[in-house]
Amino acid sequence: MKQQRPLTITGGRLVLPDGVSEGALRCVDGRIVAVGDVIPEVEDEVIAARGQLIAPGLVDLGVFSVDKPAFHFGGITRAALMPDQSPPIDYPSRVQFTAYSGKPDLWVHPLAGATVGLEGKALAELALMREAGARGIATGRRWIADSGIMLRLLRYAAMLDMVVVTHAEDGGLAGQAVATAGEMATRLGLPSAPAEAEALAVARDIALAELSGARLHFRQVTTAAALDLVRAAKMRGVAVTAGVTPAHFMLSDLAIADFRTFGRMSPPLRAEADRRAVVEAIGDGTIDVIASGHDPRGPEDKRLPFVDAEPGMAGAETLLAMVLTLVRDGVIDLARAFALLAGNPARLLDVAAGSLMVGLEADIALVDPERPWIIDSNKMAASAGNTPFDKQPAQGQVTGLFKGGVRVG
Amino acid sequence: MTAAQSSASGRYPAGGDAFPHRSLLGIAPLQTHEILYLLDEAEQWVELNRRSAKHAEALAGLTIINAFFENSTRTLLSFEIAGKRLGADVVNMHAATSSIKKGETLIDTAFTLNAMRADGIVIRHGSSGAVALIADKVDCPVLNAGDGQHEHPTQALLDALTLRHALRERSQDCQDFNGLTVTICGDILHSRVARSNILCLTALGARVRVCAPPALMPDAVEAMGVTAFHDFDAALAGADVVMMLRLQNERMEGQFIPSPREYRHLYGLTGSRFRRAARDALVMHPGPMNRGVEIDSEVADLAGTSLITRQVEMGVAIRMACLDVLTRRTRGVPGWARLAERGA
Repeated sequence: MKQQRPLTITGGRLVLPDGVSEGALRCVDGRIVAVGDVIPEVEDEVIAARGQLIAPGLVDLGVFSVDKPAFHFGGITRAALMPDQSPPIDYPSRVQFTAYSGKPDLWVHPLAGATVGLEGKALAELALMREAGARGIATGRRWIADSGIMLRLLRYAAMLDMVVVTHAEDGGLAGQAVATAGEMATRLGLPSAPAEAEALAVARDIALAELSGARLHFRQVTTAAALDLVRAAKMRGVAVTAGVTPAHFMLSDLAIADFRTFGRMSPPLRAEADRRAVVEAIGDGTIDVIASGHDPRGPEDKRLPFVDAEPGMAGAETLLAMVLTLVRDGVIDLARAFALLAGNPARLLDVAAGSLMVGLEADIALVDPERPWIIDSNKMAASAGNTPFDKQPAQGQVTGLFKGGVRVG
Repeated sequence: MTAAQSSASGRYPAGGDAFPHRSLLGIAPLQTHEILYLLDEAEQWVELNRRSAKHAEALAGLTIINAFFENSTRTLLSFEIAGKRLGADVVNMHAATSSIKKGETLIDTAFTLNAMRADGIVIRHGSSGAVALIADKVDCPVLNAGDGQHEHPTQALLDALTLRHALRERSQDCQDFNGLTVTICGDILHSRVARSNILCLTALGARVRVCAPPALMPDAVEAMGVTAFHDFDAALAGADVVMMLRLQNERMEGQFIPSPREYRHLYGLTGSRFRRAARDALVMHPGPMNRGVEIDSEVADLAGTSLITRQVEMGVAIRMACLDVLTRRTRGVPGWARLAERGA
């Protein structure tokens, strides 16, 4: 649905790229036309923000399911969908179908599967998928084991100027592991892999990105060693960016005690020292993107022995609240929080959204950053309640959401 | 003497407080005095099992299901005999003939077993944590007979009981294992027996050494209170007890050691190597043994030194004790009130 009537949101705290300031925002024909000291016109629909945050709608880079109720609860107006679907998104018509699947009130940006069937062997039709609406390329849940194929992929992606989203885990080391090697995995008797599996993959992919000139985005970097590699590569000017999900800055592998399958993630939860390194990397700018990794899984996938359970969490609803804990802890400020959640992912996907700037798409979230609530896996908007944060108190909720200037819901 | 009367009453909290668990899922959840309680309770069954008429009626009328999702001969037999000697109706469910093969989920199997109104379920499963998952969904006590690479608590308890008897016969007073050095050698990584034994032996005061090639040694195993060795000769030096484990080839994906021959060269308990251990050292093996690989017959069959057959004997007594203790709440034994919640 197109925006019928101009909209002005007044009396809020605007979360702008360079800081928070009081003011209003006006949208016409689905675009932001004025920000700051704005007086509503007579014909405008006026919404009073009453001191709440007026923030960009979240751009969630790397979700596994199009789960509109959960995305809208979490303030997400755009989601980049991983190609790991059934069937995989490795073909132009599937890209096209997926790109329309959320409209009008949620825009899904399909990530083109890098290889046919996501098998890491033959390159998929990346240029045709770009034409069909793919905003980036992703290797899927696994890395591409063959370095020669990875280099060819990166060179091709560089030519197409598409970001390549990779999974940083050396497949040989990771094997069938479901946990990070350490005391917890040993006590539980779970197959585990050393955390270095991530640094190995990151080191290789950075070297290949440097060689090819491609834009490389690690969807999740979760260990101190790998973050050091990303930090150093950025210093050298390599076009590399890093993301993470809240599970890896909120939880360590203690969360899998008693075989709790809601704590089964890919990559697996890490040691406490690595969790702290992730928080530090969010603070110092090494990490560019925080995404939900939204992967709702019902009991048929989670109420199983730990080894047999599927990895992943339903993260869309808790994404914003978890990032706001970093703001309250003084790790980042509000402007940076929304850069991580919206501005940076929008830039990587090259979409005209993600911040409150004139000319961009009017994807707006009204946020009460203090509103308390209890996360409850039984009462989630998501299609499944697999959250490791079950029964935890949280603060910060979206109170209104606009996609292209039109109120959602 | 009835089963409810503890042979060691007075040393433990009264009645059900002596063992306040609904199920036996591992050694990890147990306090040291709870381990000792089970060992003491087993003594009466050791005695009974040595008589010609080995029958008690403690569990008469109760149904015990042995649900084995993983192949087993000795443990299943041991649990079956234990249940029958206590007078229970024992039923064995083999995974090979069950609906697991037809795609039924573990949880549905648990609901099915529960609906049959078993009074106790003994479970072996190939996945770590699977037994706890089932225990959470059924109303009766659950005994873990081995879950993946996690725990095998009755094996650790029977090993402790065996060791206690052997030491007593040498007139060493041993309420616990303080001062004793135990070397566990073999495939520690894939072994639930090793994990349960590490927990049990360290709780009872023993110094535990584990020995394996790097690929078969779990990470951060020292955090469990043991000393790790790759050199078997060093691990054996002065050890009072040597516990050998077999290579769990069925759990290995890929190659962990170059060859059995090379493994034997480095980690086989040969007669000459065994002499590095303490002068009266004892040898244990949970079975099944691979003679000529991890242990030579020369050592395995050494009378007075090898406890391997004794371990099998004590296994029945320990399992009787566990079945007896865990069903006391159902049987309404005085002092054993029902626990409020599942999984307690």
